[in-house]
Parts: sequence; structure tokens; C-alpha cells
Amino acid sequence: MTAPIHSIASTPIGEGPTGSAPKRFGPARLGIYAFLVISALFFLLPLYVMVVTSVKPMAEIRAGGIFALPMDMTFEPWVKAWSSACTGLDCRGISPGFWNSVQILIPSVFLSIFVGALTGYALSFWRVRGANLLFAVLLMGAFLPYQVFIYPLVRIYSATGMFSTIYALVLTHVIFGLPVMTLLFRNYYAGIPIDLFKAARVDGGRFFSIFFRLMLPMSVPMLVVAVILQVTGIWNDFIMGLTFGGLANRPMTVQLTNLVAPTEGEIAYNVNMAATIMTAAVPLVVYFISGRWFVRGIAAGAVKG
Amino acid sequence: MSSVSIRNLKITFGALNVLETLNLEIAEGEFIVLLGPSGCGKSTLLNAIAGLLDITDGQIWINGRNVTWSEPHDRGIGMVFQSYALYPRLTVEGNLSFGLKMAGTPKAEIARRVADAARILQLEPLLKRQPAQLSGGQRQRVAIGRALVRDANVLLFDEPLSNLDAKLRTELRVEIKRLHKSLGSTMIFVTHDQVEALTLADRVAVMHNGVIQQFATPKEIYQRPINRFVASFVGSPQMNFLTGTIHRRDEASLFRLTDGTEIDLTGYQFRLPVEDRQPATLGIRPEQAQLQPSSNHAAPLKALFTIEEPMGPDTLLWGTVAGETFSIRISADQVAVIGEECQVHVNIAHTSLFDEAGERL
Amino acid sequence: MKQGSIRWSVYAGLTPAILIVVFAYVGTMIWTIGISFTDSRMLPVARFAGISQYVRLFGSDRWLTSLQNMVLFGVLMIGISLALGFLLAVALDQRVRAEGFLRTVILYPYAMSFIVTGLVWQWILGPTLGIQETVRGWGFENFRFDWIVQKETAIYCVVLAGIWHAAGLVMAIMLAGLRGIDQDLWKASRIDGIKPWRFYLHIVIPMLRPSFISATVLLSLGVVKLYDLVLVLTGGGPGFSSDVPAKFVMDYLFQRQNIGLATAAATTLLITVLCVLTPWLYAEYFRAERPKE
Repeated sequence: MTAPIHSIASTPIGEGPTGSAPKRFGPARLGIYAFLVISALFFLLPLYVMVVTSVKPMAEIRAGGIFALPMDMTFEPWVKAWSSACTGLDCRGISPGFWNSVQILIPSVFLSIFVGALTGYALSFWRVRGANLLFAVLLMGAFLPYQVFIYPLVRIYSATGMFSTIYALVLTHVIFGLPVMTLLFRNYYAGIPIDLFKAARVDGGRFFSIFFRLMLPMSVPMLVVAVILQVTGIWNDFIMGLTFGGLANRPMTVQLTNLVAPTEGEIAYNVNMAATIMTAAVPLVVYFISGRWFVRGIAAGAVKG
Repeated sequence: MSSVSIRNLKITFGALNVLETLNLEIAEGEFIVLLGPSGCGKSTLLNAIAGLLDITDGQIWINGRNVTWSEPHDRGIGMVFQSYALYPRLTVEGNLSFGLKMAGTPKAEIARRVADAARILQLEPLLKRQPAQLSGGQRQRVAIGRALVRDANVLLFDEPLSNLDAKLRTELRVEIKRLHKSLGSTMIFVTHDQVEALTLADRVAVMHNGVIQQFATPKEIYQRPINRFVASFVGSPQMNFLTGTIHRRDEASLFRLTDGTEIDLTGYQFRLPVEDRQPATLGIRPEQAQLQPSSNHAAPLKALFTIEEPMGPDTLLWGTVAGETFSIRISADQVAVIGEECQVHVNIAHTSLFDEAGERL
Repeated sequence: MKQGSIRWSVYAGLTPAILIVVFAYVGTMIWTIGISFTDSRMLPVARFAGISQYVRLFGSDRWLTSLQNMVLFGVLMIGISLALGFLLAVALDQRVRAEGFLRTVILYPYAMSFIVTGLVWQWILGPTLGIQETVRGWGFENFRFDWIVQKETAIYCVVLAGIWHAAGLVMAIMLAGLRGIDQDLWKASRIDGIKPWRFYLHIVIPMLRPSFISATVLLSLGVVKLYDLVLVLTGGGPGFSSDVPAKFVMDYLFQRQNIGLATAAATTLLITVLCVLTPWLYAEYFRAERPKE
């Protein structure tokens, strides 16, 4: 480009203020920060209590309560919580629950997302009779309390010999994950230009080939959101694991409640809190890593219960 | 006394210099258009005048008052936004009166001003409606009305027509011009649309890279662009540019194209001194080149046209002169010569010469 | 022929969803409603008993208390979470420092399970370990903060934990709403000289109505399903003073072995939710689509 031409006569600077207005840190601003800081402390308090207590010896907890900083830090409660704390007579710590949860989590997340994506795809691109009714009932399912469905499901699983197996748990997570997953993908596919789908039809795409070759590869952002939602949701589940898991397959949340249940003798708060942090760890890690995606998941799956 | 005065304004966003030592004097009642491509700093300048963003250095004066540190509502301005920015869930009347109510203006005064604005903009039948029930053109009229009720004598427009379709845009453009005539207030209007700029403005400031390239009447901008940027940005189709060299012969000088054609430059008003054999670019507007020689100083050029574009009232011919793309605008009833070499005639007084740096000679 | 085979593959793709809807949702729901009209106790029996289970249910103090608790919890938790979440979002929207950090801190509780939430608040609020004990340790021997073991106040502890868990969610929804507001609107309000708090009150809050609605719906879901949190925080106690309907159903299903009463309670819950939900669902998902077709 050319050098600019200053054909406009420069005006001398007049009296009065020049340049940027001075920034004032007024009382309003102070109030905003005070409010935010106090709120942040409120939200952080439980995490602080858990972390601090979990690295204190019992003697310190007895003497100083749960809010004081640890003087004699120890990781023994963590080791104990993981591998040797007792639930009744079972002294294997919380690790069996962790592995149970992992075993439940992986197939449940995979299957529930797959079925949800497929259903969402079918409902948004293909005109089928009764689609609205199907979707309406699914939505209801997202909102109704589980207590309505739980007893008949117990009977069905017992009759088919699935009760207390991992299959029952996975199936339950697919069932109760379906509404939100369907909604998520239906909304996502609604945003994809219909012409793209039409072009695929003209090119000879069939129901499943369009889904697997075109739609699924395009759904990566929604798949990420769905994985975040389902991993936290299924990991945090308690009621399904309690009802359908039986003794052998109880997930980490259920085992945690058993572990911390008062027994004879002194309650080992440090061990209990270490076990609690471990139980919260997976969703917390997902949350910290996913950041904005987590928020997106909340917004997208706005009916998640 | 000037109505708006920008003195040595500098704005930086982080390390990025958006505006660099910018000066602008706007007289009372003038209609000024800030024209430029997106990212040239025109909206930044307007927002700085409104007090909506923090300036780094310099001063802003409005109505003889230094308002550099003033709040936007203390500056005596009204503003109209591209997205209309109507307050949702308030009626048209509510939108017009909201600011006044919040400022504690007496009820009778509010009613009078709202009625005035509604009358001027023909909004009376719409007063009880919600913004969502209005068309784009109506919304923008309401937005203008909201600026009017403030009784400000400087009105700022931030690309107010670019969200409208072509027909409405023309209608509202005329309406704004009529408004300016009847109100007599100072108006500063930002746009990237050169037609808006040329039709509306008393003076246009063409901006590029945060610098005002030329600040002049639309006629001057169009006919005597100060540099190649202004020359190519204003005008559609774009001005034709032919490279060559200037040769001085005694009193006269001539321009030699790459194919050897020589054009007599008698009649061209030089702004800067030129040297013999100075490389330069000759800029010719499509309508300044004609197939028939008009009266005086019409220099003939050898051209070959290959494409004809009928536009209705006139026709565009596209081809080459001396190997460079060249277009001319002829009246629709003229017969075009397509596919064979012909002559075009150029009135040299209406052309522009630029040196290698792009400055007008 | 080809058209037909495609139609079948669509139904094949929808089969899992259809099976789930027919058996797992509609089937079980009808079954549950069916049992509620029998006098089943430990096992379901097909002896029709009219509405006697419902009569017993609404004659039960425990059920009435749990309903009352659900309403109390719902109103307080939703109301306070909405207010707190909105104010946090507004505060975060003022170009504050460390916004990302504060957002993370405010929202992380939502990623935690109710089990973890309940346990940690039980420890903090429990008089033998938490706040009361700590303050006494500072020398205030008579300090009392034992809401969690008092009949009248235990439910408020559940409310507190519920707010801690949910306020971040409201904040995230509201912040997204605030960020979606046209920047020109803020500029217009500054030119009009409207005071910020008035702008929030008269313009922003009405504009955020959809955000308020979706946050309210999300939180209400949690209210009806409230179970885990109460279970670990107060165990429904002392006595059954902080019991909630979902826990009532679970207890009568699996511990007290009175499935007739439990399914009657579940059906009551179902009807309540449907009454509230159907108009909203219809408006949200179906009415808007009609004109497009």
C-alpha cells in the first residue's frame, strides 16, 4: 500500500482531559470481587476439607477438627482407602468398586451413545410414522423419577436371569441414557443442512451407510459432549448400581457408602475422605480436562436429570 | 466552530495499533461518511466518538466541549446500530422513551419528544407494537427514533443499513438524507458501501489501516482520488489501471503505455512535479473512456473487447488495453464491437495519474 | 422394492429405541400403576384392592412429611440457586480478573455425585466433627450448629448441599445467556445513560427468560429425583423428618417390603410430574415445529 497522505490539517490539542479515562476501582467493583471471592470460598470449602483431612493422621483430626491445615502430612489414609479399608468383612479397600465402575462405564458409555445417536439420526432425517409419539415418550422418560420403572425392571431382570449381573447394569444405563442422548443428537442433526442428507440419498446412500459414513464422522463434537455427559453421569450413578448391581458388581459410589458407614470403633475420617476423593476423581478429571465442553454438554443436554 | 473535533486520536488494542494519530474536524450540520473496508478502523473511530471504548491517547471534542473522559450519555449524541439494538419486550413507545424515563425527564416532555420522533419517522401506527412484530426497515426507523428523542445535535450511525435488503436500503437511505435536511444536525455515518457514502455525504473520509486516506466531497473523492487505494476502493466497476512512463517534452508531457501507445497529457492537472521517464500508472474510470471521440483532448487507445454486459441503462464492455484488463461503460443504444480491435477515446482531464508509491501526481 | 427395503432399515435402526420405549418405559409404567391398585406386599399379587393403597398412603405421616419436604426443598433450592447463580453470572460478566478460574471453581460441584456431595456436607455440618466442633475448639464452648441432627432443620441442610451442587449450573446457563446478548444493546443503554442495575432489571432479566426456564426445569428434575443426597446426608432423619418421596418409594420397595404402597407412591409422583411437565414439553418441543411442516 501507499504511504498515507495527511491531507487533513492537524488540530492542536486543546485544554482538558487527554487520552484514556482514569480507571477507578470503585466500591461497586470492590463489592463484585468480594461477592465472587466469598462465593468461591463457599464452593471450595468441601474440596478443601476433603483434601486436607485425607492427608492428616487421626490424632490431628481428633485434636484440630477438619478445617485446620495438616501439620504432619501422611498419605497412609490414601493407601488404606484404596487397598485395605474394610467394608464389613471385606478388607480390599475401595479399589474393587473402582474396577467395577470402570467395567460398567466402558460398555455403558459406548452403547448408550451409539443407540442415542442412531435414534436421533433416524428421528431427524427420516420420516417414519409414529416418530413424534416415540420422541414424546422418550422425553417423558427423561423427566420421570426412576422409582416409577424400577420395580418392574427388577422383576424382568430376575425372570431373565440378568439380575445382579453387569449386563443388567449396562442395559439399565442404555435405557435411562437414551432420552438425553437422543435429544442431544436429534438437536445436533437438526442443525446439519438437510441438503447434505439429500445429496447423500441421491448418491445412493442407504439408512445405515449414511449414518456410518456421513453423519457419525460429522458428529465428533457431539460425541465428545456425549462422552463427557455419560462418563460423569454413569460414574456418579448410585441408585442403579444399588438396585441392579448386586454385591459382586456394585459400583464405586455404592461401595463408598458402605465403606464410610459407621462401624464399631473410631471412624477413620481421613480414610473415608480419601476414598471420597477417589470416587469423585474421575468426573472431576473429566471436568477439569473438558472445560468449556462440559458447559456445552450441560447446555446441549438441558434435560439431564 | 466545529461540531465534532478529533485531535491526535490513538487507539491500541493490546499491541495492535487500530488508529494512529488521527485528526478530523467536522463542521456543524455536516453529513460525514466514514468509508472503508472491514477492519479499517471506521467503526472503532465511531465508537470512540460515542465514548463506548477506551482511547489510548488524544482528545475528542463535541460541541466545543472536551468530552474525552465523558460518559456516552453526557456527550450530546444519539446513536443508531447495525443490529438495531432495540430493547426486547418493550413496545416501540417504550423503546423510544426508556432512556428519557431512566434519566428522569418530566412526563410531558417525554410525550412531546416521542410524539415528535414518531411523526418525523412515521412511527405513529407502530407505537404499541413489540420490536419482534416489526420488519427490518421499521426496526431501524425505531432505532433512529430512539436516537432522535435524545435531542442530540450529533447523530452517529454504525452501518445502519447493512442488515436490510437492497430495496429497503435504498428507501431508508433517502429517508436518512431527508432527515438530515430537515433536522440540520451533524451526522456521522459509518459504512463499507460506497454508494451510501457517495449519495449521503457532504464529505467522505476514506479509511484504510486505521488512517484517513482522503477527506473530501464525494465528487472530489470520485474524480480526484488522492491515491491508488481510494481510486480502486471507490467506483464500480473498478477504475482501470494502465502502467507506463511519463515523458516530458518541452512544455507538454505524455504517457507511454507498455505497447508503445503515447497519450498526450495536455489538460491533466498535475498535483506534484514529475520527472522525465518517471514510471507511473494511469487510472481511467470506465465511463471516461468512449468508443466515439468526444470533444477535446480525447486520446485514442487500441482496445480489444471480448465480453459485453448489458446493465439496463448502459452496457459494460470488458477486454484489454496494452495487455491489461480494461472496461468501459457505454450507453445501451451504442453498438459494441466485440472480438476485434477498436479505438477508445479518453478525456485526459478526468483521468488520474499515480506514481510508483500510489500517490496521485 | 428398493424404497421398501430402505423403510425396513429405518425401522431396524429404530428398533432399540422402540423396544426400550415399549417395554422399559411404557410397560413398566403400566405395571407399576397396576400394582398400586392391588394389595401386594412382599410379592406382587393380582388381588384388586381399589384405591386402598392410596388411602393408606395419604394417611401416612411419613408420606405427607416427605411431600412437604420435597416442596420445601424444591422452592428453596431452586429459588436460591437461581438467584445466586444469576448474581454470580452477572458478577463474572463484569470483565473480572481470573474469570476462568472462578467459573471452574463455581461449577465443579455439578460434576460431583450426590453421594460425594452428601458425604462431605455431612462431615462439615455434623456437630461432632465439622463447623460446631471447630468453633468450639476456638474457645466458644457454647456454640451450637447442629441443624443436621434436629428434626425441624435437617431438611435445610439438604437444601444447602443442593444449592452447593446446583448453583454453578445456573451460573453457567445464565452466563451463556448474558454472553448471547447483542453487544449493541449494551452500547445503546450506555448512550441512553441507563444505570447498569436498571438495565439488568428491565432489559436483561426479561431477555434471559428462556435461560431461567431451562435452569428451573433442570433443577426441578433434580428435586423429584432427590434420593442419594438425602440418603447419605441425613438418611431421611432424624426419624423421617427429612424424608423425600423418592426415598419413601425405595424404602417401601426394598426394605419394608410393601410394594403396593410403594407403587402407589410412585404413581402419585408420576402423576404430579406429568401434570407439571406435559404443558411445558408440548410448548417446548412440539408446538414450535408445527408451523414449519
